[in-house]
Amino acid sequence: MSELETVAAAELSGGKAGSADPAARPRSLAGDAWRDLRRNPIFWISLVLVLAVTAMAAFPGLFTSNDPHDCTLARQHAGPGGGAPFGYDFQGCDIYARAVFGARASLLVGAFSALLTGIIAITVGMLAGYFGRWVDAALSRVIDVVLGIPLLLAAIVMLKRISSDSPNIRIIAVIFVLAILGWTTAARVIRSSVISAKQQDYVAAARMLGAGNGRTMWRHILPNSLAPVIVVLTIALGSFIAAEATLSFLGIGLKAPTISWGIDIDAGRTHMRESAVALVVPSTFLALTVLAFIMLGDAIRDAFDPKLR
Amino acid sequence: MFRYIVRRLLQMVLAFFGTTLIVYALMFAGQGDPIQALAGERPVSAAQRAYLTEKFHLDQTGIGGFFYRYFDYVGNLLRGDLGDSLTGRKIGDMLAQAWPVTVKLAIIGLLVAILVGVTAGVIAGLRRGGIFDNATLALTLLVLGIPTIVLAPLAQYFLGVKLPLFPPTAGAEPSIYALLLPGIVLGSLSLATALRLTRTSVAENLRSDYVRTAKAKGMSVRRIVSVHVLRNSLIPVITFLGVELGNLMSGAIITEGVFNIPGVGFNLFRGIRTEDGPLVVGLVSVLVVVYLVSNLVVDVLYAVLDPRIRYE
Repeated sequence: MSELETVAAAELSGGKAGSADPAARPRSLAGDAWRDLRRNPIFWISLVLVLAVTAMAAFPGLFTSNDPHDCTLARQHAGPGGGAPFGYDFQGCDIYARAVFGARASLLVGAFSALLTGIIAITVGMLAGYFGRWVDAALSRVIDVVLGIPLLLAAIVMLKRISSDSPNIRIIAVIFVLAILGWTTAARVIRSSVISAKQQDYVAAARMLGAGNGRTMWRHILPNSLAPVIVVLTIALGSFIAAEATLSFLGIGLKAPTISWGIDIDAGRTHMRESAVALVVPSTFLALTVLAFIMLGDAIRDAFDPKLR
Repeated sequence: MFRYIVRRLLQMVLAFFGTTLIVYALMFAGQGDPIQALAGERPVSAAQRAYLTEKFHLDQTGIGGFFYRYFDYVGNLLRGDLGDSLTGRKIGDMLAQAWPVTVKLAIIGLLVAILVGVTAGVIAGLRRGGIFDNATLALTLLVLGIPTIVLAPLAQYFLGVKLPLFPPTAGAEPSIYALLLPGIVLGSLSLATALRLTRTSVAENLRSDYVRTAKAKGMSVRRIVSVHVLRNSLIPVITFLGVELGNLMSGAIITEGVFNIPGVGFNLFRGIRTEDGPLVVGLVSVLVVVYLVSNLVVDVLYAVLDPRIRYE
């Protein structure tokens, strides 16, 4: 019955809504948000940081000409020089080169975990929000259970099972573990925005024109409920990078010869009394990267949230 | 209310079995040799192998054998029998020794979060948009963005080694003073969240009708804020801090590892490093149960504290 009412309402308001020309409107939500963002220094700082780290991950050779694996004990804790602006660590490796090359593993894990998280979250959230009833009830219980699992503890148990030391397998394992445990918040966000989007006139209009469930979901509802989830995923990307570093720090995430900030922080920590540079440099890289993604997501959310304007 | 508690309990039972099944399946079952998986990279002697086979009923095969062993494990867990670590010590004894330290640390972290976070949050909420508000917002973003593996070693280095204000590590019988710096590091994340939560909820309540009524009646601002606004604003903060207590106890792995505090997290940290499978599973199982129970208590507390919230 309510569906018929919605359809009727769509018929009534359809003419008006359809005639509104987007270009003629004074400002769209996105336009407003962009105007806000342009004037926000935090947005620009975090964007520059994100781009810098991405460039570092893609082309580490642009930032340093030293080989991060070239370690000589003779240079142990040696000061700056020879293209190494921060000197050398306990093993005699170039601290700066290692920090630069560490960006790749971090960003790979962060980006792919966020991507996988997005895929799982969108599928689950869309199905739960669109079909409602028992599908929603069942999927929401699954979300509740996964949300109730502490991420770090579960990741420890899962990664302990991976005995392979091959760098690629470990990276893939970390990505999957983080995505399997971390998709719930994004799924809840998608679910609630799908629930509000499915009441809209354009959905009723698409249904009337004969669009099936699949078409309505992916072509009409999804593009309109994607914005909040992108913000959540940007912030999640930052926290996935932090989680990867934490797992590597504990010795169950990535392992040498992969270069990870977490591994270097752990090594630097052990020898902090002799020289703290090897602790401070990778720590700074990690903290700035995580902060950049979180601040970027925060700035975009603030710009898109009309309540704060 | 009663129905809500029952439903929430059933949900927790579901979560308990879900989580323990995952933990169990990942640790003991699956492909390969479970005993070798348990021992990690260390060689297993024939005597150990025979002992473990008998202990975990590994001679029974198939899916029935798996569930037999799983229920055996859950039964032992519920009876409080966590088995032995690979070093031969009883995990229950290790836990009994470590638990008070972790609770002490978590309470210090929580106190720091309440004292600093709630106070600063109230001030920021009262003067929304002011310098103090903007400064604390930026600061909390910074704290939320810096991972513990960065914060803990750096705090240890700068405040423990470089500027010896605090003892850099705690040792076997830690004093409250030795636990202060780790407590602050551990509590900083909850501090930032508590601050933001208090700020938002104070600012929201200041705009509400009852505040206007109180003002109209001629009440002093001090009384409005300290009696009416605070009481209503702290409901979400209290529930958050309740969840946090569970989080702090299970999340102290890094902090306890870095500061060498002999708590549960430290034992887990060492268990991971020494490839002590049974120890890791035992501790993780207990921590998960603590986490689930604290979430349950807080959810029920929420319903009791705020009668406006109706649960179907």
